[in-house]
Amino acid sequence: MFDLIQVFCAGDITALMRALPGSAAQGLIWGIMAIGVFITYKILDFADLTVDGTLGTGGAVTVMLVLAGFPPVVATGIACIAGMLAGIVTGLLHTVFGIPAILSGILTQIALYSVNLNIAQGRANQAVSVDMYNLIVSGRDNPLTIVKVVGILAVIIALLYWFFGTEIGFTLRATGCNENMSRAQGINTSVAKVIALAFSNGLVGLSGGVLAQYQGNFDVNMGRGAIVIGLASVIIGEVIGEALFGKKLNFSAKLAFVAVGSIIYYVVIQFVLWLGLPTIDMKLFSAIVVAIFLAVPYMRAKSKNSYRKAAKS
Amino acid sequence: MLEINNIHKTFNIGTINEKKALNGVTLYLDEGDFVTVIGGNGAGKSTMLNAVAGVWPIDSGSIIIDGSDVTGLPEHKRAPYLGRVFQDPMNGTTATMEIQENLALAARRGQRRTLKWGITKSEKTRYRELLKSLDLGLEDRMSSKVGLLSGGQRQAVTLLMATLKKPKLLLLDEHTAALDPKTAAKVLELSDKIIAENNLTAMMVTHNMRDAIVHGNRLIMMNEGQIILDIKGEEKKKLSVEDLLQKFEEVSGEEFASDKALLG
Repeated sequence: MFDLIQVFCAGDITALMRALPGSAAQGLIWGIMAIGVFITYKILDFADLTVDGTLGTGGAVTVMLVLAGFPPVVATGIACIAGMLAGIVTGLLHTVFGIPAILSGILTQIALYSVNLNIAQGRANQAVSVDMYNLIVSGRDNPLTIVKVVGILAVIIALLYWFFGTEIGFTLRATGCNENMSRAQGINTSVAKVIALAFSNGLVGLSGGVLAQYQGNFDVNMGRGAIVIGLASVIIGEVIGEALFGKKLNFSAKLAFVAVGSIIYYVVIQFVLWLGLPTIDMKLFSAIVVAIFLAVPYMRAKSKNSYRKAAKS
Repeated sequence: MLEINNIHKTFNIGTINEKKALNGVTLYLDEGDFVTVIGGNGAGKSTMLNAVAGVWPIDSGSIIIDGSDVTGLPEHKRAPYLGRVFQDPMNGTTATMEIQENLALAARRGQRRTLKWGITKSEKTRYRELLKSLDLGLEDRMSSKVGLLSGGQRQAVTLLMATLKKPKLLLLDEHTAALDPKTAAKVLELSDKIIAENNLTAMMVTHNMRDAIVHGNRLIMMNEGQIILDIKGEEKKKLSVEDLLQKFEEVSGEEFASDKALLG
């Protein structure tokens, strides 16, 4: 215990504080992606692994278009559309060809690795400098990035709040919960799934586009493990939202908490790095954190309702 | 209103589990007919309803609802014609959506869904009145998630959903089988009321012979994928459970062994 306190004291607390704005900015950018994951994982009940590829697609499309002279805003918009196309491919693999959900996502994800390299003309990474192009955000100016990305998130949350309140939005929610009932009510559940996957991956593509500008380059591996970060954000956001406001949270607040979850994830990551965790162990750490967050609700329910307990009483 | 013309359906063709579920079923329903369907387990009752609903394509024959041939239409495209209530109360509603949202989904059955609001203010007023008529206190819980309701309450909501937009045909697939006797009686009473008030054409599968006799104006009995008995009007009113059991033995030539059917 004393050793641990010494470690704490030994670390330079100001270094951690200095890193905070960067963590918040990154967390917010990944928050856009996490909201995409929320749509598939929470609303559609579809664990969509496409996102690991789509994030890179968003990055590649944005960087290449900016280098080709497109305004960064337009390039980012096209990244969003590219992401939607990826989502549609996964949706068609699943609904038209009957491939199981997880496998459809994995297939698209793997295909996107090649697609992304092709978009980047064969290069595994490609820089884009904020000095030469008027990028939307940049890692050099974290406060401005935070303001802008919060603005983007506000618009996205407002749009999704509206959309999921419409007739078509209702069909997506119903499909995610009860497919038989949805069909009995005349809903084409295949179409609903494809729409949800398109929107989800559109947001992931957008997030990838913003992230590439923030870090000043596209990297073919930038999306690796994105689904884990997305799930972590969704779950952390849910836990914290419920802890603070109970189960009464409305839909837009839930989405906002997904972004909050993403920020917290990045702050925690920054913290463990500061504590001295080697960067190469980062993904292992992330996976363990997400596994714990997924396991805890199940284990808690089980402990309340266990055979061993029944035998004792 | 409904024409079922010599339909056949075999499951798992060519495997050891091959099962002839429908073996030449023909049935014509007039407008306003309320048919109860009985028969042992595996007789093809639910299968016939699922064939009409289009859960899967049939092997041969045709199904015509109100003059439209729906044989080639998938499930979601037949929905405009049909109101359905299932055996499992969990099946007919969306647990994660509010009671009023579930009703709003059902109110748009058969309509093109657009980017207009999924539920409007005037709808909510209407739903409040309808829920009040169920007499379950649900009108005060319209924004509660359906997942919080009991099985009986969910069946009642499903029944309301199935008839919110007047269907050409109402399909009730053992919709009281999973409920306790008191709740089952209440849901049945409600079904009767809704069918009578809206003058609906309906088919109700049941395992309870007495229910099958008391409700509706027509009764059919199925066995091995065929309709073996069809009783209407005055003759049906005079039926007793013993008559039915005897008729079943006569027609099928075997003991009606299902305990559930005897319990009527």
